Parts: sequence; structure tokens; C-alpha cells
Amino acid sequence: MGCTCNSNDKEKLFCSGVLVENRPGAILPPQEAWEQKKGGYVVIECPQRIPCNPCATSCPTGAVKPFKDINDVPEIDYEKCTGCGLCVAKCPGLACFVIDLTYSADEAVIKLPYELEPKPAKGQKVKCLNRVGEEVSEGEVSAVTEPLKDQTTVVSVVIPKKLVGEIRAIKVVC
Amino acid sequence: MKKMIETDLLVVGGGAAGLCAAAEAAGAGAKVTVIESDLHPGGQLVKQTHKFFGSKDEYAGTRGYKIAGILLDEISSLGDKVDIRTNTTVTGYYPEEGIFTAMKGEEEYYRIKAKKTVVATGAQERLIPFPNNDLPGVYGAGAVQTLMNVYGVVPGKKVLMVGAGNIGLIVSYQLRQAGVEIAAVVEAMPKIGGYWVHAAKIRRLGIPILLRHTIVEAVGDKVIEGAVIQELDDKFQLIGEPRKIDCDVICMAVGLTPTTELFWQAGAKMQYCPQLCGHVPFRDNTMRTSNPDIWVAGDASGIEEASAAMVEGRIAGHSAAKSLGLNVKEESFKEYWTRLDHLRAGEVGEKIRGGICQVLVDGWEA
Ligand SMILES: Cc1cc2nc3c(=O)[nH]c(=O)nc-3n(C[C@H](O)[C@H](O)[C@H](O)COP(=O)(O)OP(=O)(O)OC[C@H]3O[C@@H](n4cnc5c(N)ncnc54)[C@H](O)[C@@H]3O)c2cc1C
Ligand code: SF4
Ligand code: SF4
Repeated sequence: MGCTCNSNDKEKLFCSGVLVENRPGAILPPQEAWEQKKGGYVVIECPQRIPCNPCATSCPTGAVKPFKDINDVPEIDYEKCTGCGLCVAKCPGLACFVIDLTYSADEAVIKLPYELEPKPAKGQKVKCLNRVGEEVSEGEVSAVTEPLKDQTTVVSVVIPKKLVGEIRAIKVVC
Repeated sequence: MKKMIETDLLVVGGGAAGLCAAAEAAGAGAKVTVIESDLHPGGQLVKQTHKFFGSKDEYAGTRGYKIAGILLDEISSLGDKVDIRTNTTVTGYYPEEGIFTAMKGEEEYYRIKAKKTVVATGAQERLIPFPNNDLPGVYGAGAVQTLMNVYGVVPGKKVLMVGAGNIGLIVSYQLRQAGVEIAAVVEAMPKIGGYWVHAAKIRRLGIPILLRHTIVEAVGDKVIEGAVIQELDDKFQLIGEPRKIDCDVICMAVGLTPTTELFWQAGAKMQYCPQLCGHVPFRDNTMRTSNPDIWVAGDASGIEEASAAMVEGRIAGHSAAKSLGLNVKEESFKEYWTRLDHLRAGEVGEKIRGGICQVLVDGWEA
């Protein structure tokens, strides 16, 4: 990843931590297969070479391809991804998500990591935020789990399918 | 000051590096004394409620404070080899006699005679000058972390964070977890200094990161009522209109510098090295300094990360134990260096590599 930071606005946004387009380490799954895939595929947004690899070492199926160098950016073998969400819970960068497009005709489910209070409950409506924290829609929580029992909850939220490229966080309002 | 304690290996500083050095040397059979200023061992680790990066060998994906627990468990599994003395500060070194002085609390003083010593004193926070930076409400990021994550006290309601290195980004996230609002993170450079993923995770919570911006002044009479920030051009000159931000806390996360007083006192050969964030001792590949009885490890040898600090601690403990005449596993040394090389291989490690090659010597003349 070369962060060149010229006057280009997209690059500026990227340099402040906002993903603006696909890059190595931050690529959406192949659309056709994704639309068919029950359970969804992993979506990782980790475009910088950093010394970190739990996504690869914690994936039970090898879907995050084993790193040759600990600084590699994650690469996915979609055929192996079950959408289990273990990487979502394990990634210290909170950079792993699972998105299932098979939920209904115009809705999808996103599993995202959540470490704030209050925790949402199943059935609750939450605000859905984009990559700069703007509220772009509402969603209904369909599951709340703590796969590794380590205080990172994985929240599943039903969201509009047309916003799967944007929604990456939630806000819980009581 | 009559009391004197004697030990094979003295470890100054009970952080990630010091605890690893102690565990490694005690594992080889050394009698170790760890001296730690704080009330608890663990150093920076105990304040880190987030999950760490690195690989499995350095407990990646585990929260920092839990790593401190894992290291302490390893040490207690070694029986009574390691004596950890908290609330005690090493105040000086007298090279003529080879004696350290220590102060427990504020009353009790004693001397320590050690055959070998690992100095793993970590780092100190830097501050930058601006008008009114002495008002109550201006904190270092370390202080904010200690308040929140050790004592459970929030520093205020709304924070301006200065600095978008890993510390600024992570402490912003931790403040947010504690329910504190972040007005903005300002960063003088055109790019965040910390890991991109740490920035992304606060951006998506709606926290603005203003690149090429700095604080010019704190506003307030008796306490902080706000801050004035302004944009910078590519020569770091102020441009545009100054802008007032409402906040009751200004948190400075503008970098750390190695804590090296004891090396100076020991007459170790030192060098200023910007990539390592300050003056650091020269060392060979066993982390031994030019003083043959003193090793360095962790942030005291250059600001890096807990993952590297732990491996350096292992290397220093290994080498100190060996020089005490103890049996050590020779393979471990190679393995530790392989791990360090991996950790430093990336884009972010480039700066560290550039710094280390200036202070790493092939060996010390006998
Ligand atoms: C906000 C934040 C986030 C971080 N995140 C990560 C991360 O995700 N991954 C990662 O790998 N690293 C991370 N780090 C860095 C990591 O915490 C440090 O690099 C690491 O703790 C350094 O270990 P150390 O043992 O050298 O120093 P320290 O942990 O600072 O320990 C030094 C100890 O020495 C003691 N001491 C100093 N002088 C004396 C004296 N004279 N006498 C007695 N005791 C003394 C101090 O009290 C301290 O406890 C982070 C740091 C911060 C601040
Ligand atoms: S969702 Fe499960 S299978 Fe897919 S990459 Fe993550 S851990 Fe691996
Ligand atoms: S675990 Fe997360 S932060 Fe680390 S490399 Fe994988 S995706 Fe990136």
C-alpha cells in the first residue's frame, strides 16, 4: 500500500482512516458467488502492511490465506469461508466483518465487532453508521454473540442490501 | 542507608520487557530481583484494554492487561526465583562500586548489588508547548489511560486529542468506550502515524481526524474551556483561520522518549537516534550495552511496541543468564531474533530498522 497523500481528496480521506475504494487487503467478495452464499463471506478492511496476523491464525478453515510474512495484508480464499465470524471477534483492528446477502430480496445481514456500552439486544433497532460515522439507515439486531468470551461481541444486524458497501458500525440508542 | 540486598540479576522496570527478561533468566536458574516504581508490575501493559497486534508468540489478539497476567503466571510458575518489588524506584547507579540505590515508597532506602542488570525502564511522554498548557485539564495520554483503565475515572466530558499515532488513536477509542466524547483528533502530519485500522475504527464512530492541524492555544481561565486549532501547510506553517473547539480536556499524545538516566550514570555509550525517539544506548545483538554488566530491553532501547519489547526482554534475560554461567538453550537466541526480524519487516518497521542499524554493534571488545 503506498500512501502518497497528494492533494487528491480520496487519498486524503484514506490517509485519515477512511476506506474509499478497494485496495489489497480491503476487497469485496466476488459479487455472483457472494449473492448465492448462505452464511455470507468475510469482508476485511486492512489495507496496510502491519505486523499482525490473528485473522489468518484464528480462521478455522484457512479462508484467510496463511501469511508468508506477518506483515502481509489478508487475502481470502472465498471457497473456504463459512462466514463463521471467528475472525470478526479475534481481529484486534476490528477490521473483519461478515456480510450475508441471502437474507431476503433487499436485505442483508452484517456481523460486526462491537465493544461499546450499552450492548444491543436481539430484536432491537439500532442506527447504522458508515465509515465516517454518519447515520445512513436503521437496522434490526438479529443476534448478539461473544464467540471468544473476551468482551468483543459480534452483533448481527439486518441492513438494506444497497448499503452493504457503506455500513460498518452501529450506534445503540436506548 | 545500611540495608543492602544481593541478587544474580537485577531487572529495573517491571513492564513487558522487564518481566520477560526476568522470566527468561529465572527459567535458566538465575535468582532475579525486579524493581518496579509502580504499585503493580506490568508497565504500560496494565493500561491496555485493547487487543494487541503481533503474532501468536507475542499473544496477538489478547488484551494488553491480560498479557501482563500471563507473564506474571509464568514467573510465579518458576517458584521463588523471582522477587518482584513494587512501589520501589531505582534512583541511581554508582559504577565505581557497581551498586544501585533504591527507594521504597518515600521512606525506605536500600542498596542493591547485582552481578548483572537488565535496565528496562520504558519511556516518558513528550509534551509540546502552547499558551495555557499548564491549565488543569491538559493531560498526557498516559495519564488519561491510567485514570481510566487503572482507576476507573473519566478525565472529563469532551476531549481534544493531539496526535494520531497509535497512542492517540487507541486512547481516543478507549475514551469513547468510557462514554467520553472526542471533539477531534488533530495531527500535524499529512497522514496518521498509527495503524490505519486503529484510525478506521474511530472514524466509523464519527470521530473526526484532522490531518495537518495543530493546537495553537488552550482556552480557559481556571480550567480548560476549549482549544484553538489551526491548519498547517506542508512546511508546518500555520495557515487558514484559527478555529475554537469546545472541550474540557486536552490530551497530548505526541510521542514518547526512552527513559535512559541509568545508562548515562553507568557510562554506557549513547547516541541520539530520531527513529528510536531519543538518546539510546549502543547494544550488541544480545542487548548488552558498552557496560558489560548492563543490558537494555524494551522502550528504553528505542520506542517500539510491546511485542518487540517482550522479545528483547527474552534476549537480554537469556544473554545475562548465560554470562552468569548458567545453562541456556542456544536455539532460543536464534528463534528470538527470527521473531524480532519478522516484527520489524513491514512498512511500519522500516523506521525502527533504520534506527537500530545506527546503534547496533557487532560485539564489544573484551
Ligand atoms: C496507548 C498505547 C497502546 C499501545 N498498543 C500496543 C499494541 O497494540 N501492541 C504493542 O505491541 N504495543 C503497544 N503499545 C506499546 C507497549 O505498551 C510498549 O511498547 C511496552 O509496554 C514497552 O514495554 P517496556 O517494558 O519497555 O516499558 P514499560 O511497559 O513502560 O515498562 C517500564 C516500567 O519500568 C518502570 N520504571 C521506570 N523507571 C524505573 C526505575 N528507575 N525504577 C523502577 N522502575 C522503573 C516503570 O514504572 C514501568 O512500569 C502501546 C502503548 C501505549 C501507551
Ligand atoms: S468468517 Fe470464519 S471462515 Fe470466514 S474468514 Fe472469518 S474465520 Fe475464516
Ligand atoms: S487480524 Fe485484523 S488487523 Fe490484524 S492483519 Fe488481520 S485483519 Fe488486519
